[in-house]
Amino acid sequence: MSAQQVLFDAPGPKAKRNILIGNIVGVLFIVGLLAWLITALAGQGQLTAAKWTPFLETRTWQFFLLPGLWDTLRAAGVAIVTSVVLGLLLGIGRLSHFLPIRWLAGVIVEFFRAVPVLLMMIFLWLAIGAASIMRPQDIPFIAVVTALTLYNGSVIAELVRSGVEGLPKGQREAGMAIGMTRGQSLRSIEVPQALTAMLPALVSQFVVILKDSALGYIITYTELLQNARRLGVGEGNLLQALLIAAVIFIIINFALSSLANRLSKLLSFRTAGPARKDPEQKVAAAVPAG
Amino acid sequence: MDSFLSLFEQYDVAAAFWVNIQLTFWAAIWSLLLGTLLALFRISPIASLQWFGATYVNIFRNTPLTIIIAFGVLALFGQLSVSLSSDFNLNFFRLAILGLSLYHAAFVCEAIRSGVNTVPLGQAEAARAIGLSFLPAARLVILPQAFRGAIAPLGNVLIALTKNSTVAAAGSVAESAGLMKTMIEFRSDMVIPIFFTFAFGFVLIVIPIGLLTTWASKKLAVSR
Repeated sequence: MSAQQVLFDAPGPKAKRNILIGNIVGVLFIVGLLAWLITALAGQGQLTAAKWTPFLETRTWQFFLLPGLWDTLRAAGVAIVTSVVLGLLLGIGRLSHFLPIRWLAGVIVEFFRAVPVLLMMIFLWLAIGAASIMRPQDIPFIAVVTALTLYNGSVIAELVRSGVEGLPKGQREAGMAIGMTRGQSLRSIEVPQALTAMLPALVSQFVVILKDSALGYIITYTELLQNARRLGVGEGNLLQALLIAAVIFIIINFALSSLANRLSKLLSFRTAGPARKDPEQKVAAAVPAG
Repeated sequence: MDSFLSLFEQYDVAAAFWVNIQLTFWAAIWSLLLGTLLALFRISPIASLQWFGATYVNIFRNTPLTIIIAFGVLALFGQLSVSLSSDFNLNFFRLAILGLSLYHAAFVCEAIRSGVNTVPLGQAEAARAIGLSFLPAARLVILPQAFRGAIAPLGNVLIALTKNSTVAAAGSVAESAGLMKTMIEFRSDMVIPIFFTFAFGFVLIVIPIGLLTTWASKKLAVSR
């Protein structure tokens, strides 16, 4: 049901008046909320120029926000690529006709989907640190990327599986008819087509990866939130610094979400036709952000 | 094995998990209330409320939870001295619930909207035909069916909330992720058993929730 159009009739004069009154109340509510926020902040001296001018200086961006953003994008970008790879491997594993592989992939996927990413991050961070096998300054990055990969790879594996299971079974039968093995048919016929259907969900998952990279803050990874906090402690404007960091995240994620929406409209239009498309093109499109 | 069991005498693992369960419980209630209100805003005929609902969802869905939780402690408490309780620890606990609720309300709103989409057109038309205006139609016809159609996505939000309750560690709440960190730091000889203890703790909490909501979504589905 497309809710907006159906839940209420085309308004008559009385309903129009009611909607107008409702709108006035709604606007008053929103304006009141904003006014309350602004007076509360101003009352605490949070809107003074001194609290905000640091964000107009180049050194703020040069030494804090941009390096932080770079580390966030670096971790998210690497994690996106590795998650897609792991997701394809696990997804194909779950569809395998060889029972032990299917079981193994199933256990891995269910386990990593149920464990909080933060637990994995803290574990990897401390475990790699204790094993002292790499430079200490690299450990948080590796821990963030690995934890994000294990979790999101498992989620993507489920996307792959549901995408393949949603295909008409004639596709698999056609593969068998020309003498392909199960693996060949998955790799060259089913998964490439499933990628089309799952592309919007995949891009939404990239938003999750980008957001979860902020968990690196807890394990001392120098990403955007960490740097914003350091800046805020130094300048005495933590509130403002965190707000700016949040706005940067919102802008990037909003762009990614809009891309996902656009893709889902575009692809629903495309998949109405015959389900044959160039696989190369889709795999490349699946790994944009980073 | 003995040294593994001695961990449980030294550290109260169950109490840490209990904190996560409490965080999840309260945040689930508040986010369900706020999320339902936002969903109502988004399907209402009033443009300003629709705008408010959509803006709220877009802002909170795209902000990392870690920032929201850190904001509660560093900005609300640290800089503005907002206090939700005179007790130091209870204050952090409540700030974490506030952050978790605000964040997950956006997802609850979207889950309920997807539930509204499962209600067939004829239901809304029938409600209008018998003369119900928006609020009665929503309360008596649309939302009861929408909730039953939204159980599966709401269950996913609840699972995400359970796992995300560990992020309260960023808000100075003593819960399981923080305890795991302390335990590994003091017992680095037992890194892997400690991790699997906590990981399986979450598996034990999360998988029944998944099974239960899947069962409920089938059991309560409106037969059409």
